[in-house]
Amino acid sequence: MGGHVMDNLSLPSRLAVLATLAVFALLAFMTLESRGNWGFVLPFRGIKALALITFATSVALSTMVFQTLTANRILTPSIMGFDALYILIQTSLVFTIGGVGYASIDPVMKFTVESVFMTAAALALFGMVLRGVHDIGRMVLTGLILGVLFRSITSLINRLIDPSEFSVIQQANFASFNAVNVELTWITFVLTAACFVWLMSIHKRLDIMALGRDAAKGLGVDYERETKKLLAVIALLVSSSTALIGPVYFYGLLIAALSHKLIGTWRHQYLLPASCIIGAGLLIASQTLFERVLSLQTSVAVVIEAIGGITFLLLLFTRKTR
Amino acid sequence: MIEVRNLAVAFDGTKILRNMTLSLPKGKLTGIVGPNGAGKSTLLTAMGRLTPIHSGEILFDGFPIGDIATASLAKRLSIFRQSTPITPRLSVRDLISFGRYPHTQGRPTGADLLIIEQAIARLDLSEFADRYLDTLSGGQRQRALLGMVLAQTGDVVLLDEPLNNLDITHARTVMRVAREEIEMGRTVAIVLHDLSIAANHCDHVIALKDGQLHSSGKPEYVLTNEGLSDLYNTKVDVAEIEGRRVILTV
Repeated sequence: MGGHVMDNLSLPSRLAVLATLAVFALLAFMTLESRGNWGFVLPFRGIKALALITFATSVALSTMVFQTLTANRILTPSIMGFDALYILIQTSLVFTIGGVGYASIDPVMKFTVESVFMTAAALALFGMVLRGVHDIGRMVLTGLILGVLFRSITSLINRLIDPSEFSVIQQANFASFNAVNVELTWITFVLTAACFVWLMSIHKRLDIMALGRDAAKGLGVDYERETKKLLAVIALLVSSSTALIGPVYFYGLLIAALSHKLIGTWRHQYLLPASCIIGAGLLIASQTLFERVLSLQTSVAVVIEAIGGITFLLLLFTRKTR
Repeated sequence: MIEVRNLAVAFDGTKILRNMTLSLPKGKLTGIVGPNGAGKSTLLTAMGRLTPIHSGEILFDGFPIGDIATASLAKRLSIFRQSTPITPRLSVRDLISFGRYPHTQGRPTGADLLIIEQAIARLDLSEFADRYLDTLSGGQRQRALLGMVLAQTGDVVLLDEPLNNLDITHARTVMRVAREEIEMGRTVAIVLHDLSIAANHCDHVIALKDGQLHSSGKPEYVLTNEGLSDLYNTKVDVAEIEGRRVILTV
């Protein structure tokens, strides 16, 4: 497998190889099957590529940092129920203001409100547990149970809703890599880039936090304060990615598993950029394959989710949870 | 250096430590002994500020330890906990270099790298230095974690059962390293189950029972037939072989 080839390379070289592959994928995405005016094609595909890169980076960073905090390789914010909350928000919006009203909301305004709501809800959920004992396990269990609750309420609303508006919910609640909003793309790009820069600036602290609360405190890290800051960043990143493209459940897990496999070390200096490159490269390569080569419009999310789901099961069965 | 006054620690309403007053003598190697559940690790982690205290106070150089900033305290006090969940995909050298974090914030100088290499050598880890932790045995990983604590170069070093999982050779290595720390002017407290090691290596012994101070003082005064038999509720004999004291249970 690729892991064996990469084993002989230094960590910076591994990053360089991954970045080169991602650039090839991007070039293919930008140029394959292009007909007509380049002046139109490049900006059109460029903004879509930027959206894909932003989305993948948000998912990668939120997953990697979440796994650092929980010291667990199979947990992701999606598995914790963040996406279920997103779907509940969307469904409730359509239910309360109707399909026409929902479609007429300004996308940037919708994103801002959703981000604030998602971040607040996430902090409330995590903060609730953090106020008591510092028990990540209880927090995870709480998240899983809330995820089930969110899905149940969504299911109830779906049964109550006007059948003609159900299609609006269906459209909003599945990841869509085809229609991207330009303004939203730029806003989420800046947010995600800022989060990346900050996380890279504290990569050593993240390494130490991965040792757990006691070791981190022993080494002078204010663990509780740092955990809250990181949870806020995770919430913001999840909000960005879900608002931009939609909910995905297992992509973060797939990115994290590949990053660990190909990079080997847990040092965040390498792990964070590697996860972003792998996430973006894989997404763009898949999109190119399905959209340009196979001429399929909607299958990317489904296929990526299926592979991610299988990865989840493999990690569970091989017990590589730490 | 560290003084504990009327300390009480409770978990879920149950008091683990009660009315405890003691001190760690400066520049000495103190062994903390006692039966299971006596509160040895809780005392150590309370002194390391990892466990919240219920009442009383812990003073570090005369200041309440809770008032000292986490980052400042980490430069002066280091603590080894056996239960630390070690991240698997880190090399031994990476882990030990974390010990310099309180001093360097991740930007080590040449002097820091020297301290890291010294910690590796002192714990006989040179041949594993570049191996990932998940390729090592439990004892080797434990020594790597101890190396991180040594590299922290705190004035006070607290070690919670560092000899568990170690063979007798490496247990001796750890006790030699603890003595070297004392020779460098540091204060070391070590939780031990092996009473013979406590009798022969420690300058001072603190014995705990049922969450309270049972006795403390020089090993020859604390680790006696009567004292240990009372401490452990079982008959204990202290013998002397070639000038060394050996603790036997019959």
